[in-house]
Amino acid sequence: MSAVELTRDDRAVRQTSGPVLGMVVFVASEAMFFATFFGAYFTIYSVNPVWPPAGFRLEPELASVLTVLLVASSVTLQTGVRAIRRDRTRAMLVWLGLTILLGAGFLGLQLYDYSLLGFGVRDGIFGSLFYVMTGLHMAHVFGGVVFLVLVLVQGLGGQLTYAHHDSMEAGSIYWHFVDVVWICLFTTFYVIGLR
Amino acid sequence: MAITEPRAPELAPEPQPHWLVQWLTTTDHKRIGILYLLNSFAFFFVAGVFALLMRSELAEPGRQLVTTSGYNQLFTLHGTLMIFLFILPVLVGFGNYIVPLQIGALDMAFPRINALSFWLLPVGGLTILSGLLAKGGAAAAGWTSYAPLSEQGGAGQDLWIVGLVVVGTASILSGINFIVTILRLRAPGMTMTRLPVFVWSILATSLLMVLATPVLTAGLIMLFADRRLGAFFFNPVHGGDVLLWQHVFWFFGHPEVYMLILGAWGIVSEILPVFSGKPLFGYPGVILAFVLITALSFSVWAHHMFVTGQVEFPFFSATTELISIPTGVLFFNWLATLWRGRLRFEPPMLFALGFIALFLLGGVDGVWMASPAMDFAIHDTYWVVAHIHYVLFGGTVFGIMAATYYWFPKISGRLLSRRLGQWHFWLMFGGFNLTFFPMHELGLRGMPRRVADYLPDLGWTFLNQLATVGSFVIAVSMVVFLVNVVVTLRRPRDAPADPWQGNTLEWATSSPPPVHNFDRLPEVRSNRPLWDARQRAAAGAAEADR
Repeated sequence: MSAVELTRDDRAVRQTSGPVLGMVVFVASEAMFFATFFGAYFTIYSVNPVWPPAGFRLEPELASVLTVLLVASSVTLQTGVRAIRRDRTRAMLVWLGLTILLGAGFLGLQLYDYSLLGFGVRDGIFGSLFYVMTGLHMAHVFGGVVFLVLVLVQGLGGQLTYAHHDSMEAGSIYWHFVDVVWICLFTTFYVIGLR
Repeated sequence: MAITEPRAPELAPEPQPHWLVQWLTTTDHKRIGILYLLNSFAFFFVAGVFALLMRSELAEPGRQLVTTSGYNQLFTLHGTLMIFLFILPVLVGFGNYIVPLQIGALDMAFPRINALSFWLLPVGGLTILSGLLAKGGAAAAGWTSYAPLSEQGGAGQDLWIVGLVVVGTASILSGINFIVTILRLRAPGMTMTRLPVFVWSILATSLLMVLATPVLTAGLIMLFADRRLGAFFFNPVHGGDVLLWQHVFWFFGHPEVYMLILGAWGIVSEILPVFSGKPLFGYPGVILAFVLITALSFSVWAHHMFVTGQVEFPFFSATTELISIPTGVLFFNWLATLWRGRLRFEPPMLFALGFIALFLLGGVDGVWMASPAMDFAIHDTYWVVAHIHYVLFGGTVFGIMAATYYWFPKISGRLLSRRLGQWHFWLMFGGFNLTFFPMHELGLRGMPRRVADYLPDLGWTFLNQLATVGSFVIAVSMVVFLVNVVVTLRRPRDAPADPWQGNTLEWATSSPPPVHNFDRLPEVRSNRPLWDARQRAAAGAAEADR
């Protein structure tokens, strides 16, 4: 490969590819999806004189651990993305595996969190909002873990290279988005909502 | 290489799967486009029959044909199917077939996702329709399904919710696909400012599909959670907010009406220049109008909620009136395109002109209703029914018919009959006005929408009878259309590559195009590459004569 061809190839890698652009547009769509629930939350917040209604106790300490897990997983995933951009496939696989473990840990710990709470989805509007919003987020984390496992399988099969790793790039965009949604949920339910 | 390879043994031709298997598993954008059109027109037929049943019931005071609950199901299904399973999918179907051709691409960006987003449609549509078999019947809370009414009702309402989530997912996926296709797969020379107007309209539609549809999905999930999980989103007794549904629904719903019309604007903006023998007047103005309307459409939703008294009247009235400015720009440009053109009154042109006349009336209705004072008087009357049909039937469906006559030769290789097309147009135009114009007057006289019956002494009977006669004239026009399609498809393929002297790249390839779309792409140096090519050919011929 001549030097000229190499630069052209390099530029091709840098231009946003179709699949990555598709993921960006999909994330925009998902952002509108979650924004609707936040809109609903604050609409209902504004029509209720007392918020949160009496009798709802959350577990802020546990939720803080959840936040740390998910933010850490974004860091590990991005480290993996930087590794593959430098053509270090093995390092990428390690960071990706770590991300998946952190994601799975988040899911398990959140289910445990649910089991500790003394209210359900049927116990008033706060319960409805809490479980539907965090539940939909959890479903997105689950989807993200499945996606990243598929990327890992691709990587273990040697299909991901410096020049071709769109699935890794797209997966990381999605994962960071899900992380941001969690930070918004945490702020809404545990920071603003706490009394 | 210098080595002579041994001759490969004669390969047996690859066994072709059965034609049905080929169609069911296709990822070719042209075949998927055709599937979209077939599926959409099938739902159009079903929803049209529902409309005829309603008009028959309303022909006389008293109840003759259906129960009141049956009537509620009819108008709910009519609206839902027409909007979500006919108008939007038929535009997406034309987009599927035409957009890759117009930008000079081989296919859509994600062919398999394209197939998925098509197949979700019949699944979602049949899920909604299967409510008819449920205990208590299908959904009956209207296509807008306001809470708390939509919190009641049986399994039919749940099937409606699930079906719409499926159809919405299809929309989001095809929106993503169009955006990436248009931004990434354009032929060399096809810059954004040379993009055909129809492609721009599909790009704007896609943006709305991607950004507004998830809002509906979220609302449907809240509704479903209320109904089946015991949540309280729309239940004020337990701290929820009943108006929340209307906000969420219309935050989606108003961009939705622009999803339903933008494609038709694009179609008409393609057809008028071709049959006027002139370029489109003010191409940048048309594109700017599309973009402005796409943006503004997110700021007007609460004009549907004036009578709740809980929304900011001046703000939503002003933003709604603002939309009429870019829409006015469109009308100006369309008329200026026609001005001093050499007009050819082929069927696509007839439908495009019908579109301009009827959409203008519907649009003026809309400007009127944007005034809260006016809206208080006519909210939920037949005036609103007249308005929505002038915009979506007089507007979009006339645009869809224009597109059908215009692109039929490209898709099937055969030109539809001109004479039957004229019959179709005049019957549809007359029947349409006979059906929906009297509804303005009915609304002003106070007839509420969504009622199965009315009293004989209210003075509504004659106007209702006119509307019913008109609806059957529309039905006859559709029979003419169907006959035209069937008769034409039985003839041999004889359409040339460019029967209309078109401007855009789809006319540069054979009719129908080969699987790979183009054997040779013409050079793209303007937004009318084919016109350029004809000019060059004419200049070349003149040169040769000398």
